[in-house]
Amino acid sequence: MYAFTYHRPTTVRQAVNLLAKNSEAKLLAGGHSLIPVMKLRLGSPGALIDMNKIEGLSGIELKGRSLVIGAMTRHGEVATSQVVKEALPALADLAGMIGDPAVRHRGTIGGAIAHNDPSADYPAAVLGLGATIITSKRRIEADEFFKGMFETALEPDEIITKVSFPLAKKAAYQKFKQPASGFALVGVFVSKRGADIRVAVTGAGASGAFRVTAFEEALKKRFSPKSIEGMTVPATGLNGDIHGSAEYRAHLIAVLARRALAAA
Amino acid sequence: MPAVSMTVNGKAVTADVDIRTLLVQFLRENLRLTGTHVGCDTSQCGACVVHLDGIAVKSCTTLAVQAEGCTVLTIEGLAAPNGPLHPMQEAFREHHGLQCGFCTPGMVMTAVDMVRRKGNELDEKTIRHELDGNLCRCTGYHNIVKAIAAGARAMKGA
Amino acid sequence: MSATGIGAAVRRKEDLRFITGKGQYTDDISRPGETRAVFLRSPHAHAKIKRVDTKAAAAMPGVIAVLTGADLAQDKIGNLICGWMIHSKDGSPMKMAPHPAIAANKVCCVGDQVAVVIAETLAEGKDAAEKIKVDYEVLPAVVDAAKAQSAPAIHESAPKNTIYQWHLGDAKAVDAAIKSAKHVTRLDIVNNRLVPNAMEPRVAIAEYDSGTDNLTLWNTTQNPHVARLVISAFVGMAPEHKLRVIAPDVGGGFGSKIFIYPEEVVCLWAARLVGRPVKWTSDRSEAFVADAHGRDHITHAEMAFGEGGKITAIKVKTIANLGAYMSTFSSSVPTYLYATLLSGQYDIPAIYCEVDAVYTNTAPVDAYRGAGRPEATFVVERLVEVGAREEGMDPAELRRKNFIKTFPHQTPVIMNYDAGDYGASLKKALDLADVKGFDKRKRESERAGKLRGLGYSSYIEACGIAPSQAVGSLGCGVGLWESAEVRVNPTGSVEVLTGSHSHGQGHETTFAQLVSERLSIPIENVSVVHGDTDKVQFGMGTYGSRSGAVGMSAVVKALDKVEAKAKKVAAYMMEAAEGDIVFKDGKFTVAGTDKSVAWGDVTLNAYIAHKFAGSQLEPGLKEGAFYDPTNFTFPAGCHICEVEIDPETGNTEIVGWTAVDDFGTVVNPMIVEGQVHGGVAQGIGQALLESAIYNAEGQLVSGSFMDYTMPRAENLPSLKVDTTMTKCPSNPLGIKGCGEAGAIAAPAAVVNAITDAIGSEDLAMPATPPAVWAAIRKAAKMQKAA
Repeated sequence: MYAFTYHRPTTVRQAVNLLAKNSEAKLLAGGHSLIPVMKLRLGSPGALIDMNKIEGLSGIELKGRSLVIGAMTRHGEVATSQVVKEALPALADLAGMIGDPAVRHRGTIGGAIAHNDPSADYPAAVLGLGATIITSKRRIEADEFFKGMFETALEPDEIITKVSFPLAKKAAYQKFKQPASGFALVGVFVSKRGADIRVAVTGAGASGAFRVTAFEEALKKRFSPKSIEGMTVPATGLNGDIHGSAEYRAHLIAVLARRALAAA
Repeated sequence: MPAVSMTVNGKAVTADVDIRTLLVQFLRENLRLTGTHVGCDTSQCGACVVHLDGIAVKSCTTLAVQAEGCTVLTIEGLAAPNGPLHPMQEAFREHHGLQCGFCTPGMVMTAVDMVRRKGNELDEKTIRHELDGNLCRCTGYHNIVKAIAAGARAMKGA
Repeated sequence: MSATGIGAAVRRKEDLRFITGKGQYTDDISRPGETRAVFLRSPHAHAKIKRVDTKAAAAMPGVIAVLTGADLAQDKIGNLICGWMIHSKDGSPMKMAPHPAIAANKVCCVGDQVAVVIAETLAEGKDAAEKIKVDYEVLPAVVDAAKAQSAPAIHESAPKNTIYQWHLGDAKAVDAAIKSAKHVTRLDIVNNRLVPNAMEPRVAIAEYDSGTDNLTLWNTTQNPHVARLVISAFVGMAPEHKLRVIAPDVGGGFGSKIFIYPEEVVCLWAARLVGRPVKWTSDRSEAFVADAHGRDHITHAEMAFGEGGKITAIKVKTIANLGAYMSTFSSSVPTYLYATLLSGQYDIPAIYCEVDAVYTNTAPVDAYRGAGRPEATFVVERLVEVGAREEGMDPAELRRKNFIKTFPHQTPVIMNYDAGDYGASLKKALDLADVKGFDKRKRESERAGKLRGLGYSSYIEACGIAPSQAVGSLGCGVGLWESAEVRVNPTGSVEVLTGSHSHGQGHETTFAQLVSERLSIPIENVSVVHGDTDKVQFGMGTYGSRSGAVGMSAVVKALDKVEAKAKKVAAYMMEAAEGDIVFKDGKFTVAGTDKSVAWGDVTLNAYIAHKFAGSQLEPGLKEGAFYDPTNFTFPAGCHICEVEIDPETGNTEIVGWTAVDDFGTVVNPMIVEGQVHGGVAQGIGQALLESAIYNAEGQLVSGSFMDYTMPRAENLPSLKVDTTMTKCPSNPLGIKGCGEAGAIAAPAAVVNAITDAIGSEDLAMPATPPAVWAAIRKAAKMQKAA
């Protein structure tokens, strides 16, 4: 690990100011993406801004037809929350599939979304439910948020404070693990909320999570696995590596989408 | 060097540390609590699992300064000093849930946390799933699974 | 059987310290004034080192020294060696290229040591290592073993990158048998490269005492004495009596901690130079490139069948990838530990095997759990299974037909099997696995859209390594006996010193069981001492499933001597003739009388010596012994794997595992079962999950736990483990050994099961979901075309 300065703000405003002042700074939430990268000397933020002592960034709340989750809420809290399990069980399922129990005790929803690892699970839910990212500055729609691998619409001094998930009538997440890391080789999140039908994929896209509009169109008639029977996703633009070719990932997208639809 | 203070195995400790110090380094090198091990550098093997404010975490992926003001429990503090073994420790011995012993402290700490979250009646499937973050190269997990099931039941009476 | 004697499932004596965090692994040791070593490793697979500039690094905070290969050469520190000489079929010796502990002129694999920083702290060492400037001239890398022999030579001394072209058996007889065969089964097999990944990474701490000129090395090793011998006699670090090697608690080895590695040599050298203790702890990602890997064979194999499925011959051609340098025992693994097992459990009249060992720009390859024998078993058991399928025979029946049934049995490939009952283990396994009910389970799977398959592996291994005369005649540089010393204290408690080394095997318990039973003393009164060259005079260490068969046999020999001496003492005490003393149930009795003395009386008298007259009997009760086996041991058994495959994803779930092994005498069934569990897990890992993958440039793509799939609890089933027993006739306890069986048996069982399920033999390990999915698709396409 390279040396860095360490800051422990107690308010979002302090954190924003620290970010604004320090172009080398990174936010430290759960740390389960950041610290490993720093340990391997693959990343060298000049400053860490620890979010853990800021009050009010954590929590789960049902607000009308939305589930609002604080940015510092741990994966384990989302996975086991009775509120989430009842309102949006697919999201609890997804959170319960991230990493392992100890990782879920630390990792946060805000951290995962801001990091936008192309194989992370949360981006599939954010995109697959059409969530809204609430920041220290504004509200960002899911479709505008993810900007490619490890890139988001966040400005340098902008901090995610909450994520608001609209409740879907039907939703499910299916994940096929990259066997070594436990990240998603392919993960597919499907949802139906009135006329809004979404199929979002993580793990497979060379530039992060994406929606499968062809599937979404086909599902407008009927939200059922049968509607996409025989449909495939082109392998072009998908990741290929030692854990699976682009063709295999393309195949899995269709398989997992059908399974998710059956489970939704 | 910043000072860091926390309570480890019931004792208040304070030390000046290099900011880069991980919690596991702090435990092993500053406090000489070498029961917590480091088996990887990608947060996967779980040999370093300790309880931070009662919850299992990977101490290799936590900075020591992040534990400021917290309570840390390591394998050395699981059983009371000079008291009997914790039922989970006893179960690992009884069911031959360890061979080389290197992953064992992390396994035991994970198992105790598993019982906290999942209760005293743990079936094989649950245990195997919950061990996702703990690697063992010796036992094939067979006897670890047995040990955890038995240890969980024994904790009920304890 | 006593409650703590041989055959009892005694709970382990060593566990208390491990479950309470009181184990003492090498990294847990911290020496006063200790410094940290950080290695700068090559990022290139193959390159000339034009210049190493250490100036900037040396000026960094906390840096004590920055040392290079040139410094090492100047100090005349010798190269690392491979200790087993293999001769090619033309009689020429193997081409052992120089292996300096720090590369001086060129690097030959990613991870090769280029320099070392000795610093006050680890962080400072890492900071400084980044400041070392190395000018490389990058050379083309040879990664694929199949292409190595047509690539430019990595080492001048090994043209065509060929280390040896070795063979064993009767080529003419095999060719004739193949020519006249009723059927020949042919397979191309890749035995995938594995990274051992003991959970404890390697560590070395070296300390030099200038007052006594003594060097001490604390090291994660499976054989401290062999390490001392090699580092002293070949590397020339210090005379043997001035070097102490201590292996404290070691967190798993699986072969990877047998070898003498560059890092421990460098730490010793640097400790003397800087005059302070030097500690190196491997990171996991460092271990991926710095530890010796295992397996990595490319094989073409043929099995000839006569009437009724009778196997008449096996012909095998293997290219073995030994990596960039020859590791300590690397040469023996694809030769005498491999081809000698190609007869499997079968009566095969003719066998011929050729092995070309090659250099590539990859990490060195050496013994990993099973070492050669998993590779042999995979070849034989795949051939037998596929042969049965091609001939339309039941694979169990084909095996049964060809089993060796009389012993001793001389195979055409050196080994003389001494005892076994292969039919018994197969039968028991078939019953336990409920093979009869398989068809019904298969139909149920089919109804759920799943494929189900069943695979057997009737393996054999040569363990109890090994008779010194035999291995000496085959090129081994050392004898493979074991030593023991039994020290009896005046109060009757016992210390057993053994050259075997426990790194998970539970010797502190099993060796104590042996002593407890033999002397009828409580197991608590026995301590086992190992892993320190200052305490144990010499030993060959633990590998090759040898500690029970060889190490405990040495203890038996020492106990024989202790008993003889104790009888003399008892005879003096009771004023009887020595020949009349009987030792039974912890008592020495004068035969035919009720006169007796207890163990504790005798041990006390042995030391107070009041009753001994002058020089007739020496005081004391301490005896040592060396035991050299007269034959290998031959554990064997049958493992049956049942899988269920999701054809849509290619995901394989192991739904049943049955292991029936014949290990001869079982000292502690609990520990033996644990060894089987662990071995099977590693075998399943090889078959389904694990693979060290290099890209064309020689970068290890699966170089961390993020990409190298370690078996997790969820990947593995609950295992049914049982035994049959034929005693090993060649050692006093009848032990055959159990440490490697699972890793040897498992891969073939898994692949046989998967190929049974998918109806295609065209599947390489690891059978990952995409690989199985592709194999299913390919088979379907071919079926369509046909």
